[in-house]
Amino acid sequence: MRSVVDRFVSWVGPDIAGPGAAFIAVMVFFSIGSPQFLTGATFGSVAFQLPELGLLTLAMLLPILTGGLNLAITFTANIAGLTVAWVLQQNGGADAGPMAFLLGSLLAIGVGAASGLIMGLVIAYTKAHPILVSLSMMIFLRGLGEFLTRGGDVSGFPAFLQPIGHGSILGLPIPLLILIACVLIWHVLLTRTKLGFGTYMIGSNIEAARYSGINTRKVLVLVYMLSGAMCAIAGIIMLARFNSVRVGHGESYLLITVLACFLGGVNPFGGFGRVIPVFLALVVLQLLSSGLNLMGANQHLATAVWGILLISVMLLRWMSSHFKIFKRKKG
Amino acid sequence: MRKLVQSHATEFALLAVIALISLFLSLATDRFFTLGNAFDLLNTSSVNIIFAVGLLVVLIAGGIDISFAVAASVVQYVAALLLESIGGGGWFSGLLIAAILGVALGAINALLIHRFKIISIVATIATFNIYFGLLMFFTRGVSIYNLPDWLTSRVILFEHEMADGSWVEITLPVLIMVACVISTWVLITRTTTGRQLYAFGDNPEGARRFGINVGGMQFIAFGWLGLMAGIAGLVQAHYAQEVVPNALYGRELDVLAAVVLGGARLGGGKGTVLGCVLGVLMISITQNGLNLMGVSPFAFKMIIGAIILVAITLSNTSIERLLPFMREGSRR
Repeated sequence: MRSVVDRFVSWVGPDIAGPGAAFIAVMVFFSIGSPQFLTGATFGSVAFQLPELGLLTLAMLLPILTGGLNLAITFTANIAGLTVAWVLQQNGGADAGPMAFLLGSLLAIGVGAASGLIMGLVIAYTKAHPILVSLSMMIFLRGLGEFLTRGGDVSGFPAFLQPIGHGSILGLPIPLLILIACVLIWHVLLTRTKLGFGTYMIGSNIEAARYSGINTRKVLVLVYMLSGAMCAIAGIIMLARFNSVRVGHGESYLLITVLACFLGGVNPFGGFGRVIPVFLALVVLQLLSSGLNLMGANQHLATAVWGILLISVMLLRWMSSHFKIFKRKKG
Repeated sequence: MRKLVQSHATEFALLAVIALISLFLSLATDRFFTLGNAFDLLNTSSVNIIFAVGLLVVLIAGGIDISFAVAASVVQYVAALLLESIGGGGWFSGLLIAAILGVALGAINALLIHRFKIISIVATIATFNIYFGLLMFFTRGVSIYNLPDWLTSRVILFEHEMADGSWVEITLPVLIMVACVISTWVLITRTTTGRQLYAFGDNPEGARRFGINVGGMQFIAFGWLGLMAGIAGLVQAHYAQEVVPNALYGRELDVLAAVVLGGARLGGGKGTVLGCVLGVLMISITQNGLNLMGVSPFAFKMIIGAIILVAITLSNTSIERLLPFMREGSRR
């Protein structure tokens, strides 16, 4: 029995403790606080709202693991959405066929990867700080998007896109399935591939990684390209869910994705952090906002509570580390 | 002279770029190179410069702050309510209230960072969400338009009628901005505390062993930014003549880009007030010039983003490589 527990702990890792505790606390609190909380409706709304934030968080996760940050994620997603919209409109707007959508999606992922490529090249070759590079990319993309759309929104898409945003397969929402697939891809990428290994090494110590023969520049460029491509997927999901594209959609998610990563136990300096705890942290955040909604609060209060939750988890971590030191002194 | 150029490479590079842009703009438009336009520029960029010098102190001390712009929103909203409840007040009481509130909000950040060892970007992203969420929750996004008269009436410190009949004027925000810039300059270059801030930002552990009060440094840096944010919040309310709870949302990243463009380093220990002011001015001048040239406002941000991206890329590929005489100097 004990070995099973041990194996389970070693599989999920110690970094799941923070989001795990938060998950239990949120479930207990809202089950007592609101009778409608433990119903299918809550989980349905969580399942449909989770993917946008979740995909953007995955896009944020890789750069954070290398010790950087990608502040351009939300606007990369918008630009990718615009790309799809543009291709669809060129092919007849609402009458466009699935092939046009496929082409548009591929092009959008290419556009996302291209924005990542530029950032990755600048970061890898000039050693400029990622916050700055991605910040200026964000300002550029926001301007580009506003320039192209004149601040308005683009809509009028074919009906077959509806299921991608709102449909379900076997009771599971399609956006959620896409998110889970992406989470698994990221998990495999980080735990089973050379690129993932290089990502962690760069986050721990970029100089040591370079001396040990990792092509740090290549890894950095790839990380930002993958991050951009993931933004593009988020942008396509957002397009299907809102049935429109507007530059600024999801802008408020930007800092929430960073919050979710930190809540999921990712080291802010990079090098440590795993996908599964981050996913759990996302579920907690979304449950929290749905639960607060049920109790009559609005999204703004939920935002504040998200911030308080992050601080509480950090405080718990601080206390537990102090407690350990205390114990060691005693023994 | 060469030594001066070398030790202030970023500032000189920025000055050169600003000079080039200005030269181009004064040839391209007839309206750019006028006193009126220069004063307009100062009036409009005052708020951002006040934010920028505050953020500079935190960056020098090795921290980063995301929450200051929403903290300023909180300050202006609460200050407006408080001023209404005490029956109006004046510039003195207004600034005092804003300063106290700002310092208090900054101190919360410092407390989290120093006492509980939460890294500054994590702590301030959390407080960013808390401040903004609570502000929007309690105000329900309602703006305040009936501000006291002293706050909404423009205070003109200097005005002069030009030959063509137009008026040039310097308004109160510029005076407050200059006061903030000078006091920050005095703080970081002319006091022991300022030297300690640089030392702490460059090497916190070294500074601690040297006997510098590390906690005090955090409270001074974040308190100073809070002070500046509070003042900037009030000035922005004065300038816009209204208090809109989400008006400053998103401003933090623009200011951060400008400050780092001015040579401050993320990671601490580097940065000057002059560079920081030039960084903000360069962005405002570009924006102003594009406006005068009749470029679509929708294209502004795109061009500015591209300029910052190029500037950051260039400033990191070391200027010495572009200017050969400097390389000789650095070899010695």
